[in-house]
Amino acid sequence: MLQIENVSKTYPGARPVLQGVSLHLDAGETLALTGESGSGKSTLLHLAGALDGFDNGEITLDGTRLSRLDDSGRAALRRGCVALVFQQFNLIPSLTVAQNLSFHARLAGRQDPAWTKDLTERLGLGELGARYPEQLSGGQQQRVAIGRALAARPALLLADEPTGNLDETASNAVLDLMLELVRDSGPALFLVTHSERIAARLDRRAHLSGGRIA
Amino acid sequence: MIGAACQALASHWRRHPLQLGTLLAGLALATALWSAVQAINAEARASYARAASQIGGATLDVLEAPGGPMSRARYVALRRAGWQLSPVLEGRTRLGEEQVTLLGLDPLTHPPLPAFEAAMQADQAVLAQMLTQRGLLLAPPELVAALSDVPGLPPLRASDSVPPGMVITDIGLAERLLARPGQIDRLLILPQQPMQLTPLDQLAPDLQRRASRAGADTARLTDSFHLNLTAFGLLSFAVGLFIVHGTVGLAFEQRRAMVRTLRALGLPVRLLAGLMLAELLALALVGGLLGLGLGYLVAAALLPDVAATLRGLYGAPVAGGLSLRPSWIAGGLAMALLGTLAASAQALWRMLRMPLLSAPGLQAWAQRAAQGDRRMALAGLGLIASGIAALGLVKGLIGGFALIGGLMLGAALLLPPILAALLGLGRHLTRGPLGEWLWADTRAQLPGIGLALMALLLALAANIGVGTMVSSFRLTFTGWLDQRLVSELYLTARDDAQGAEIVRWLAPRSDAVLPIRAAEFTVQGNPVTVYGVVDHPTYRDNWPLLEHGPDAWAQVNAGQAVFINEQLARRADLWTGDAVQLAPGWVLPVAGIYSDYGNPTGQAITALPALLAHARAVPNRRFGVRIAPGAVPDLIEALRAKFDLPASALIDQAGLKSRSLAVFDKTFVVTGALNLLTLGVAGFAILTSLLTLWSLRLPQLAPVWALGLTRGRLARLELARSLLLATFTALLALPLGLALAWVLLAVINVQAFGWRLPMFLFPLDWLRLFVLALLAAGLAAALPARRLYRLPPSELLKVFANAR
Repeated sequence: MLQIENVSKTYPGARPVLQGVSLHLDAGETLALTGESGSGKSTLLHLAGALDGFDNGEITLDGTRLSRLDDSGRAALRRGCVALVFQQFNLIPSLTVAQNLSFHARLAGRQDPAWTKDLTERLGLGELGARYPEQLSGGQQQRVAIGRALAARPALLLADEPTGNLDETASNAVLDLMLELVRDSGPALFLVTHSERIAARLDRRAHLSGGRIA
Repeated sequence: MIGAACQALASHWRRHPLQLGTLLAGLALATALWSAVQAINAEARASYARAASQIGGATLDVLEAPGGPMSRARYVALRRAGWQLSPVLEGRTRLGEEQVTLLGLDPLTHPPLPAFEAAMQADQAVLAQMLTQRGLLLAPPELVAALSDVPGLPPLRASDSVPPGMVITDIGLAERLLARPGQIDRLLILPQQPMQLTPLDQLAPDLQRRASRAGADTARLTDSFHLNLTAFGLLSFAVGLFIVHGTVGLAFEQRRAMVRTLRALGLPVRLLAGLMLAELLALALVGGLLGLGLGYLVAAALLPDVAATLRGLYGAPVAGGLSLRPSWIAGGLAMALLGTLAASAQALWRMLRMPLLSAPGLQAWAQRAAQGDRRMALAGLGLIASGIAALGLVKGLIGGFALIGGLMLGAALLLPPILAALLGLGRHLTRGPLGEWLWADTRAQLPGIGLALMALLLALAANIGVGTMVSSFRLTFTGWLDQRLVSELYLTARDDAQGAEIVRWLAPRSDAVLPIRAAEFTVQGNPVTVYGVVDHPTYRDNWPLLEHGPDAWAQVNAGQAVFINEQLARRADLWTGDAVQLAPGWVLPVAGIYSDYGNPTGQAITALPALLAHARAVPNRRFGVRIAPGAVPDLIEALRAKFDLPASALIDQAGLKSRSLAVFDKTFVVTGALNLLTLGVAGFAILTSLLTLWSLRLPQLAPVWALGLTRGRLARLELARSLLLATFTALLALPLGLALAWVLLAVINVQAFGWRLPMFLFPLDWLRLFVLALLAAGLAAALPARRLYRLPPSELLKVFANAR
């Protein structure tokens, strides 16, 4: 599903963030990437999601070699096979909850109303469809973000500290729900976290330190 | 504590230099256009005052006859009674091709006159020469140059002390040139009077004594023009303040977190507000000074055209040079400071009332603005209603401008709610996810860009309104010229004798020779030029009558009635069927009203014999010649060869029309320039709004990019968004502009110039303006869009950074 081979990344005027990182993730598998702040976890996740380019190595996603894609090719890949969940939720503030939920799926041309409805109910968002993101709590916003990501039926779900902004109770509830939905809908999950407790709940884990897999 | 707080506040501008530049540019532009107009007005008014002092007697009381001029016999009688008086005769007349104000006075009794004294310093013989039979005309150097080849004029002498557009001479010569023999307009009451004189109210109870109003007439006549300019200046100032309001509001919003931190650290909110106020005033001072510099340059560039307009339209003496006045600098800076305070008051007030733990963010800002939509709509409707009510309650120009002000500001306030409704409608009609997002996101951006769009609305409406007025005026004026300038050739003879000779020579060589003869009279205290015409189909078939009674031409040609121009009709409230007294014992009914554009004073026409019966020595030197158009060049050659006439004495119809149109076009150069500048400022307002919103846009655009849109597509959508808003704004500006045009044509023009014009529509001009508006909005959006297109993904990814 996802093959990361010997990837390096350096931002201009800064020290190398990633140095020869290799990693793989099978279809339907869940992987937790841990590491201290500044170790390059989020950068690796962004590279895997075709959000940014890398300097060396290769990343293959669902058979597509990312180094060969231009800007629009990467955008098409993000639309078609990747979905993202961020710590800050990053919902679209001008759209309602219902519109946010279906936005990615519609953008990808894969809207499945029954699946979206099912997701909405399972995420407990049925009553909130007409509200705007700013009218929701943090836990509710993250559930919308997860719903938006899964409604598109991606092959790979990338989650960057998805519960980092939530208290422990909300964090557990959101994580339970996300793992349950991932298992039911079948995408691979690549989750970045600094929490050992969360990492322990996924199939596999990798640790990044100083830009290298430890 | 204060130093640390200042350092923290100033750090915002260091981190946002573009925002600082925008704020200063907004202030500078607002101040520049306002102060440019003020500089022009101040210069013109100073010229009027200078002219008043140059022609002397400005502080003396005067004696006038209420119904018009008095006879020389009255003057002589008063002098014999011991009163020390000095007679003055003043009128507008044409010398060659120049319309001038001719001031006739008695050099021996008139109080010291700077123009005389300067001329006599150069040549002692000036006084003697002026009193000779041939006489002497004192005129400003540029007028002397223009009149140098006019045949039949007395000797000319240049003097810098004579106001522009004025000619000073002895009253005897003035009587002849104005064709008003034996008439005196006013008597200056000299300061030194013998003891025990019979009081004037006993000697001449029919004459009125009043304080001097030298210069006041010109000021009154040109008030409407200056009021027009001031209104434009205010509009430009308001448009500039939109930029300031938007930038200050955004800067305060972005500094909410800092303000909360400073307050949490123990800085009192009042001290903080005071510091921010001081910061704003310092910025206003810098922006105001920049604006003054810019305004000076704009004023210097526009003043020559304004001076030409004022001279041409009103005969007002205005020099073309600009001087720097302390009052102008103080006024400009005061406007910059007051404008900044007005534009920042809301943001400062909000800062003062902000709870310590209030959350920052664009959404809160947007939400508040959205809540204000309804209030704005109500205020807008209220302003429009007030404007309409003001027109009914306050007559005159003030009422007209109150209507314009209410209409424009009210419509500007209505714009955001209307745009919000349109965008909401668009969203409901759209199906695709991107379309939905685009409409919804555009709606969410309205609070940020709304003020700039209001500025665009005002600028476009002003362009449409003023453009429609000017084009309607031009179209009417062109048609009117076709009616008024019917003769194929216009000629000016050197003197009456040559005139008679030319008429005899032309009789067998032309279809008709129509004398153009006129004399000055006074109607209700104001000068009126009465033309005497011969009975000829040229007049009957072409004269631009607005209204007339039965058998009008027959009565006029019989000398039993007059036609009067629209200005005189409106000013004196004289209409068809009313009687008008042109001179003592000469009362005629008004047979009709005719349009007479470009002439500020009253005019009347009647039969030539009737005129000659009431005015002596009416010059007979100007003629219109009817001839086949193809024969005109040969006739001009023949006339020049036969009578040795200079080129300026023979003008064909096309030449005269193009000259008149050139004068007309020059009149509106200033409004055109201010129009364009205002549109430029509005375009700049959009650019600054988009640039200052840039940092707030990234968190909204990054998620959409992450979900699979390229930066290029997002940039194109950003461009489309600006074009969409500009399109809506331009469409809404059209009815507002047409309403403005109607007010200008039906209310302001009537009050200011005394004529009402028909309103024509110019869809091609609208299309051009529409394209220009889209171009301005497109250009303004192009820079942020290009920035987005070239933004490295790493910058967009910072939006998702967990430490953000």
